[in-house]
Amino acid sequence: MIRSITQQKPEEELDQLLEGLGRIFIIGCGTCVTLTQTGGGPEIAKMKEKLSQKGKMITGDVVVPVACDNLTRDALDEYGGRIDQADVLLIMTCAFGVQTIARQIKKMVVPALDTLFIGKETSLGEFNEICTQCGTCILGETGGICPVTSCHKGLVNGPCGGTNNGKCEIDKDKECAWTLIYNRLNELNRLDAMRKLQKPRNHQGELSPGKWRLKLETRNP
Amino acid sequence: MVSAFKNALTSGKFVVTSEVAPPKGTNLDKMAHHIELLKDKVDAMNVTDHQSSVMRFPSLGGALLVKEMGGEPILQMTCRDRNRMALEADLLFASQRGINNVLCLTGDAVMFGDHKEAKGVFDLDSSQLVAAIRRLEKGEDLGGNKLDGNVSFCAGAIVTPEANPLEPQLIKFEKKIEAGAEFIQTQAVYDLDNFKGFMDYARQFPVKILAGIILLTSAPMARFMNKNVAGVNVPQELIDEMASAPKGRALSKGIEIAGRMIKRVREEKMCDGVHIMAIGKEEVVPEIMAAAGLD
Ligand code: SF4
Ligand code: SF4
Repeated sequence: MIRSITQQKPEEELDQLLEGLGRIFIIGCGTCVTLTQTGGGPEIAKMKEKLSQKGKMITGDVVVPVACDNLTRDALDEYGGRIDQADVLLIMTCAFGVQTIARQIKKMVVPALDTLFIGKETSLGEFNEICTQCGTCILGETGGICPVTSCHKGLVNGPCGGTNNGKCEIDKDKECAWTLIYNRLNELNRLDAMRKLQKPRNHQGELSPGKWRLKLETRNP
Repeated sequence: MVSAFKNALTSGKFVVTSEVAPPKGTNLDKMAHHIELLKDKVDAMNVTDHQSSVMRFPSLGGALLVKEMGGEPILQMTCRDRNRMALEADLLFASQRGINNVLCLTGDAVMFGDHKEAKGVFDLDSSQLVAAIRRLEKGEDLGGNKLDGNVSFCAGAIVTPEANPLEPQLIKFEKKIEAGAEFIQTQAVYDLDNFKGFMDYARQFPVKILAGIILLTSAPMARFMNKNVAGVNVPQELIDEMASAPKGRALSKGIEIAGRMIKRVREEKMCDGVHIMAIGKEEVVPEIMAAAGLD
């Protein structure tokens, strides 16, 4: 399952964002941020404690099941009074959740987290970014590994000169995408795919911001 | 017009290139001094492009200075800071000003440099930049539009003969040649027996190869490169040799080693020439060449 991967904003930045806002309602989410331990029950408890120490009043808090779902509005309804009392909503969900809530409730929102990427839990407790939804998918030529995302530079014709022992030049904890692709294609006996000189990518496959509508005739009755 | 560097490459002589680095700022005195020292000694001078992602005076401006001073520039262009439109435009300008040699590089990641929050572009990669040059020469830009006026370049790229793993690097190398690279300057090589092995493979391709020689300035510098520079491998004997130099004589030792290596590359006809990189010590390049018996 794909997950929204987040990390807590630096304390200093959060202090700045909350400056002059004394009463705070905190919202977490039971899905991705619970998994990544950035916005579930325990993290909210810690945040409450920290903010109380700084003299903030917490008017209430809740962990909604799926913050990015439109049903979040109903989940928040029963907290109406406490939300009304707050100067600001401090939202410990990914940015999808923040935007969903901001659209539903007339209050200033402050994200407590930075949303890093949409990723996949590739092994226990490890999340990797594997697709950046570029709009012009080239997985068919790379053995199913995405260089647009997994190569730091998004190169489509093979490795740069910085690749070192199969790792990326920017971080020896990150694999060089082109070593992975080479190994995969080699295994499949399809190195010819890597030998093909790829032309420059189309960066305008879907003009940002993306928008897509279901065609009426294909909609299920 | 065929560039003087291209003529040198095709003449069959042992070609020597070196490099000069534009300054951080507008004071070109030091760079001009290096150009003055080198312009009549080497066949061409690479002008580096925001090397290691550090913002500097542009390589295009530096290449113009080389040209104005009567030298032969090789314009280094990375794909890190410009999209295809900006790269094409700079190529048109370069050509119009008589800068006809280009070394195409992907470019280091932004995070290594001094503008760590900047956006890395990488709209093209090095092989696509070579292909773009060949397309401009056919009178057409990457959008498929006709150009008014001709351009002509001697285009090159790089290879890391000691990359690990090597095979993906070699596939990229072959693609650069397929895209139209006429010359290749290699990453620094120190183990010449290994390099000979690489050349046994590389010789089959229609491309001129200049072996990269980076001047060693001290034993710690050699160890630093081994640890931090991808695909650079200074053998222990050379590190020991550097360490054995008397105090204050490490640089002369480095010059001696570089000279000796170049001499061997030339005598054994390993490849078509050398590219000497004396990072920060450009003024000793003539000494290296003398030590190699090249003056
Ligand atoms: S090429 Fe990569 S980023 Fe683009 S859609 Fe395919 S997997 Fe996603
Ligand atoms: S080291 Fe590999 S993954 Fe990293 S930028 Fe270079 S080619 Fe891409």
